[in-house]
Amino acid sequence: MPTINETFALYSERFMLLAGIAYVAALIAFAWDLVNNSKKGRTTQQQSLAYALTSQPGVTEQKIPARAGTTGRGTTEFQEAAPVLEGPEGRGERPTSQHSVQRPGLMADDSMRYGLAGPRKPARIGVSLTVLAAAIHVAAVLSRGLAAGRVPWGNMYEFCTTGALVVILVFLLVLTRRDLRFVGTFVIGLVLVMLTAASVAFWTPAGHLVPALQSYWLVIHVSIAVVSSALFTLTFALSVLQLLQSRRETSLAIDKPDSLVFLRLVPSALSLENMAYRINAIAFIGWTLTLMFGAIWAEKAWGRFWGWDTKEVWTFVIWVVYAGYLHARATRGWTGTRAAWLSIVGYLCVVFNFAIVNVFFSGLHSYAGVGS
Amino acid sequence: MGPTKEHPPATAKSDTGAPVLPRLGAVGTVRWIWRQLTSMRNALLLLLLLAVAAVPGSLFPQRPVNPSVVTQYLKDHPGYGPWLDKFQFFNVYSSVWFSAIYLLLFISLIGCVVPRARAHWKAMRSAPPRTPKRLSRLPEYGTLELPESSGISAGQAVQDAARLLRRRRYRVHVYDAGGERPSVAAERGLIREVGNLLFHVSLIGVLVCVAIGGLFGYRGQKILVEGDTFVNTLVGYDQFSPGANFNPTRLDPFAITLNKFDVTFDRSSAAHYGQPIDFTAAVTVTDKPGAEPVKRILKVNDPITVGGASFYLVGNGYAPVVTIKDGAGKTAFSGPVVSIPSDGAYTSLLVIKAPDARPSQLGFVGFFLPTALVNDQGISYASDPDPLNPRLNLNSYYGDLGLNAGQPRNVYTLDTKNLTPLNNRNLKAGGIVLAPGQSYTLPEGKGSISFDGIKRYVGIDIRHDPGQLGVLIFALAALAGLIASLFIGRHRAWVRTGTHPDGRTMVEYGLLARGENHRLAAEAAAIGRLLTKEWSAPATNTNPLAKDQ
Ligand code: HEM
Repeated sequence: MPTINETFALYSERFMLLAGIAYVAALIAFAWDLVNNSKKGRTTQQQSLAYALTSQPGVTEQKIPARAGTTGRGTTEFQEAAPVLEGPEGRGERPTSQHSVQRPGLMADDSMRYGLAGPRKPARIGVSLTVLAAAIHVAAVLSRGLAAGRVPWGNMYEFCTTGALVVILVFLLVLTRRDLRFVGTFVIGLVLVMLTAASVAFWTPAGHLVPALQSYWLVIHVSIAVVSSALFTLTFALSVLQLLQSRRETSLAIDKPDSLVFLRLVPSALSLENMAYRINAIAFIGWTLTLMFGAIWAEKAWGRFWGWDTKEVWTFVIWVVYAGYLHARATRGWTGTRAAWLSIVGYLCVVFNFAIVNVFFSGLHSYAGVGS
Repeated sequence: MGPTKEHPPATAKSDTGAPVLPRLGAVGTVRWIWRQLTSMRNALLLLLLLAVAAVPGSLFPQRPVNPSVVTQYLKDHPGYGPWLDKFQFFNVYSSVWFSAIYLLLFISLIGCVVPRARAHWKAMRSAPPRTPKRLSRLPEYGTLELPESSGISAGQAVQDAARLLRRRRYRVHVYDAGGERPSVAAERGLIREVGNLLFHVSLIGVLVCVAIGGLFGYRGQKILVEGDTFVNTLVGYDQFSPGANFNPTRLDPFAITLNKFDVTFDRSSAAHYGQPIDFTAAVTVTDKPGAEPVKRILKVNDPITVGGASFYLVGNGYAPVVTIKDGAGKTAFSGPVVSIPSDGAYTSLLVIKAPDARPSQLGFVGFFLPTALVNDQGISYASDPDPLNPRLNLNSYYGDLGLNAGQPRNVYTLDTKNLTPLNNRNLKAGGIVLAPGQSYTLPEGKGSISFDGIKRYVGIDIRHDPGQLGVLIFALAALAGLIASLFIGRHRAWVRTGTHPDGRTMVEYGLLARGENHRLAAEAAAIGRLLTKEWSAPATNTNPLAKDQ
């Protein structure tokens, strides 16, 4: 057993604090971005409504030929036959590749790609600060691991700090491909909550693992659980925004005033839903692995792969809820808002499993005693 | 797609059971129930119900895991406890309602998978469906035109497109090859549905294997003090729970001897001082009578497998060695007594019964403290898990231990109802406090007790689960199916050509996803590019609403 390196442990704490400060700065930048755009939003809304009103006929005119899919004279003759559509066979098919009608200025672009809406300085600052904070955070987590001479996820404090780092890394990774800066405030806020909870409620000095946790399954099982939870965190944010955006879309459709102007930065509810689905699908595979590896580890440690221990119950509940979510996406009448709610409920179960079950429920956590 | 959203007749698997209630008599009713049960919406509701039903098992103590906690709970909540018990809230996972939900779910699953498998089998063996009349109505659509000068006829263009699509791993079929408007129909990603079916079938496999394990397996517990040997026979166990169909002659006749048990506590870190960091049991295993004994190491997370059974290190503690002499000076008890630790400092409860003592039976209850300190109220407590200052603190009783009545008694509790106290804090004689090597003479000439030394013991679980490997295999199959089903996009593509009166060859293509497929637009763009490159034709119009131009 390597000795605990107290110097590294101290560094880790310092770094963690610094990372926290940098996250607060990033949070402010992202919040500024939202406020900034809400202000702009009020003016654009006027313009956009005006645009919608004046150009209405034009829009329809453009649309009809587009829908018919012709410009070449010759092609029209292909479309004269009766409209037989190879439909989705009654399965609720999400129009994933359909291009929903957009209202310029009122919503972000559905493709969630960069560079379509012009530069957003505060958001850029936010991302830079997040990268900086993440770098310090990596140093903090690494030095914690070095201090203890093992992977830095062996107790609540470490789950929280490492988990927060993974949330940020996943977020930054997704940011390289899609412009999800609109969830920046949310994600950074959540990470700050996790770091605060870690240092206030769960603080534990660096130490060795109890024998029950000394297994390579800790490395495999917990890391996958943490990554999946980070992905679920993102989809939770997307689903919440989806619900808000879909309410906003309804009220905009009947020309009510825009009460949630900051959602101007956010794409349409449908594309949020599709993005959430794609991430949830990956996270669900991750959670399935978490469950399976957990079962294999439980077999090694306790002699049974499944025993309905509290932790196992909740892992199962989460798995079933997200299975329900995936089903909902394929069930007529359950897509959209209901699916979003399932995604939210699933995430609440994840939080419950972590925060409440670990702290307040007794399970198979002590090995000193004889269970007789 | 405009208001004419048409669906072909819904098939049984996906019918959401619109509330048309035909008066059809018994057969009709059964069919109606069946269709309800196998509808996607009810599968979803059953899934959500399963999640909800699993929760109480984490809120209330469960009998199979913790029977004593349930008993305590019932004692503490005399009001609603029995009601909860009546509705099986202490046996959630074998309760009628929980079982009903998952059985219904699995029936629904079978009812869902079988027709789907049949339909998919047919789909895989037939050609991709005929090209729709109006490709322009598909979610992805594009056209190209080839000038007359290119010399590519409509028929030639379709053959080219078919070749390109085949190379892109589509299955293709050319319709109306010689006709005026030949077309090619192509389909890709049928593995997606195979994956989905594999996933759902494997879930059934997992359930069946779990049931096999429960029926034919066994699980038992044994406490082994250093030097003790356990032989895997029914009488050898402290506790044994066989599956309903378990046959005791199937116990592998191995033997385990605990030679030594080593515990390491953290001494280097101030914050975690005294926390265990290693448990290592040195054991000797004999596979069957007469076999060569083999020395092995048993650790937490590292079980040993012998034959079909495995054993696991799940607990440990101290077993003080005591000798009790009765009033007549005869040895009434001698040996290690297993004590049960109740905290991290191994404050260990112990009970000693000497039913052979004469003239009266003797009983002792108390604590073993590996490192005893005394607080300012004169009460001893354990301050460290290692035996640095070991003490036995006991109360003693004499009288009828109640062991002769033939009822099974818990060896870890002493029923003092019919006993007379000899030693405790409130009596003049006081309690018994012994350090190793010391002995104490009981009052009233009832005998003596000596504390001879300390041994350690381990708690092991022995388990045989014939379903386990099957569960693993089906779980892996489910995982593979799940990955295929979630990440393989299934879609169809059609290309149709025709000759314009002015001699140009007109080409149009359309794509349709089946199920989730976010890559459809990218695929359409890729096909458009391929076709354009093949003919070096100017694309006249890809989908004008597509973002990626
Ligand atoms: C034990 C309960 C069940 C679980 C845990 C479960 C889980 C899942 C999961 C995770 C998916 C998404 C992955 C995939 O597409 O393969 C899925 C898809 C699907 N399930 Fe289930 N399922 C269960 C029962 C059922 C039942 C009873 C039905 C039929 C009524 C059903 C019908 C379907 C269908 C049609 C899909 C495909 C959806 C799509 O194409 O997107 N499942 N299921």
